[in-house]
Amino acid sequence: MARKMECIAMLLAGGQGSRLGVLTKNIAKPAVPYGGKYRIIDFPLSNCVNSGISTVGILTQYQPLELNDYIGNGQAWDLDRQDGGVHMLSPYQQIKGMEWYKGTANAKQNNAACTIAMLEVPWEEASRFGLMVLNDDNSIASFEEKPKNPSSNKASMGVYIFTWSKLRQYLIDDENNPDSSNDFGHDVIPAMHSAGERMFAYLFDGYWKDVGTIDSLWEANLDLLNPKVDLDLSDNTWKIYSRTPVVPPQYISDTADVQNSMVAEGSKVFGEVDYSVLFHNVTVEEGAKVRYSIVMPGATIKKGADVEYAIIAEDAVINAGAKVGKRPEDVENREEWGVAVVGAGVEIAEGGEVAPKAMIGKEDK
Amino acid sequence: MTGKNIVGIIFSNAYDECIPELTGLRTMGSVPFAGRYRLIDFPLSNMVNCGIENVGIITKANYQSLMDHVGNGKPWDLSRKTGGLHLLPPFLTAAASGNSDKIEALKGVKDFIGHCKEEYVLFSDCNSIFNMDIDELFNFHAAKDADITVVYKNGEAPKLKDLIVMELDGNDKITQVEVAPVTDGNVNYSLSLILMKKSLLERLMNEAVSHNYTNFEADIIQRNVSKLKMYGFKADGYAATLDSMKSYFKANMELLKPENCDHLFNSERPIYTKVKDDMPATYGLSSKVKNSLVANGCIIEGEVENSLIFRGVRIEKGAVVKNSIIMQESFVAAGTVLNYTIIDKNAVITPNKTLSGAENYPIYVGKGIVI
Repeated sequence: MARKMECIAMLLAGGQGSRLGVLTKNIAKPAVPYGGKYRIIDFPLSNCVNSGISTVGILTQYQPLELNDYIGNGQAWDLDRQDGGVHMLSPYQQIKGMEWYKGTANAKQNNAACTIAMLEVPWEEASRFGLMVLNDDNSIASFEEKPKNPSSNKASMGVYIFTWSKLRQYLIDDENNPDSSNDFGHDVIPAMHSAGERMFAYLFDGYWKDVGTIDSLWEANLDLLNPKVDLDLSDNTWKIYSRTPVVPPQYISDTADVQNSMVAEGSKVFGEVDYSVLFHNVTVEEGAKVRYSIVMPGATIKKGADVEYAIIAEDAVINAGAKVGKRPEDVENREEWGVAVVGAGVEIAEGGEVAPKAMIGKEDK
Repeated sequence: MTGKNIVGIIFSNAYDECIPELTGLRTMGSVPFAGRYRLIDFPLSNMVNCGIENVGIITKANYQSLMDHVGNGKPWDLSRKTGGLHLLPPFLTAAASGNSDKIEALKGVKDFIGHCKEEYVLFSDCNSIFNMDIDELFNFHAAKDADITVVYKNGEAPKLKDLIVMELDGNDKITQVEVAPVTDGNVNYSLSLILMKKSLLERLMNEAVSHNYTNFEADIIQRNVSKLKMYGFKADGYAATLDSMKSYFKANMELLKPENCDHLFNSERPIYTKVKDDMPATYGLSSKVKNSLVANGCIIEGEVENSLIFRGVRIEKGAVVKNSIIMQESFVAAGTVLNYTIIDKNAVITPNKTLSGAENYPIYVGKGIVI
């Protein structure tokens, strides 16, 4: 007889992450690299494991192959279990209708409804989130999903704890409702609320960031370098687990200058790195400069290239003398400034230039 | 992938006595090396990279840290239903009190070897560090129709009590073997990676036992030079053999030369080790790092030059670390200056201390010591 789990977790990993442009061209958003050695999904997975939840379902939809491959049998997160463990739940095609599920709500395999984790976000960003107005006892008074004119700045973090029997009923009802768009935030949660279910908010005051846009992904990485930000990856009691590549220590050469940065193993730095995050197997050649940037695994910054305020995706090559991105101060019209993005495997020609806010994907070349 | 037909045997304690400081609390195989490895990672990875799926690790004493490191063999893909990783502790009886030498040790694991289905046996110690394509070694052995092939390096002989030094003819055949001779200049010395058929090993072992032989190198290799077809297979590139603290220090420092590092950590044949799930290394605003190898999990805010920094080391602002090896989770406080030092695991050097050794005599600070 299997041991009974009081709580199991479902990670909704189906998001396309269309606002991340070329970064999610071939991979789902949860597989996007973050923080020098992790992928986004390592964080919810590790949070589950560190909280004693050892049965985790991962619901995939968009570009699931790389994610499937990355998760494997879950061994890296200690989720290769006799009972429970990690389960990849792929989208299934229904016999009638022949329609792939759209929202996340009709993934029937899942679980349960009652408490929503939330935190206060800046008012100007509030319309990107599912928001809640609370009563004094932290029960939820009203609920708005990504409203144009927010009346609250308390945002859902997308972490819900449900009582399975309740959730099951609402999912079945939702599936049978022809008017529903089958979306968790739009349909299921409001339906529970209007039916008068007891719904509460859990207020979280630690570090949380939605990394749905290029700018927020870039910021979230550089937040790791800010000692004032409450996100400590060196906390041994709350490790973030990931699949670790088999590579030697990083080499910082005689000619290198590395300051205020995070660098992962297997990287070789001969140039200047300031306020940046380098993933594993990145090479920064002599005379190259990388500032205020994120450089993903396997990318190469050749001699004399200058990369600032940029995200360089996996295995991209910035050839000698090329210039990627600009400081906001150097752009006349502030509206035209943004983080420059070079997509996976893209090669920027010798002496080439990538403007701020530009996004270079493979076929654009 | 020739490995399917080879069983690997690793002597984890061989030459422990050469570096008593580092092996006081651990086996030679679990001595930390190159920022994030233990010495046993090198023979183990060499073996699995050619497809060996069955490895026995012979232990003698102090092998807790070794067991902790290798676990069930998962990082080397040796957690298998058949074969896989086998820790072979000493077989103690009233008559025998542990493995005093290799023949004694092999006698103790006779049953393990007897049960192996593989046709060949590959022996390795842990105090030689190199990355070798075992397929090439195997093909050489087959092409020469050799009985025994010994991997060697040409260079100054390390001072080891059972070191095999050999002479070869133009056809790589071993014509003469000396055990731990006094040498001058470059010679061909064994890296203790030895390939032979299992049936031959069993025959030689029976012979050794019946004659009460005790020394593997002298009684099994040297004694049979003229009777068996023995060949030498040369290791090129980086190959270090440890015989002292000085050589340990030098072998680490040589990895700061990119060509040595690239050779040892050849991406075609990766070196596997136990995963620690540390964050990437973090360099502070005031950090100044030159010519150093740094592992994940470190927080470096001070100055580091010509050094190897293991996983999870913290170097505070204002600390200066030069020509040193700082092992896992150690802490170097502000104002402290280290030059030519080896700081073992979990040590703490409190503020404003100065420790300075010399290239041929680095100062060693033991595991968990607070200075």
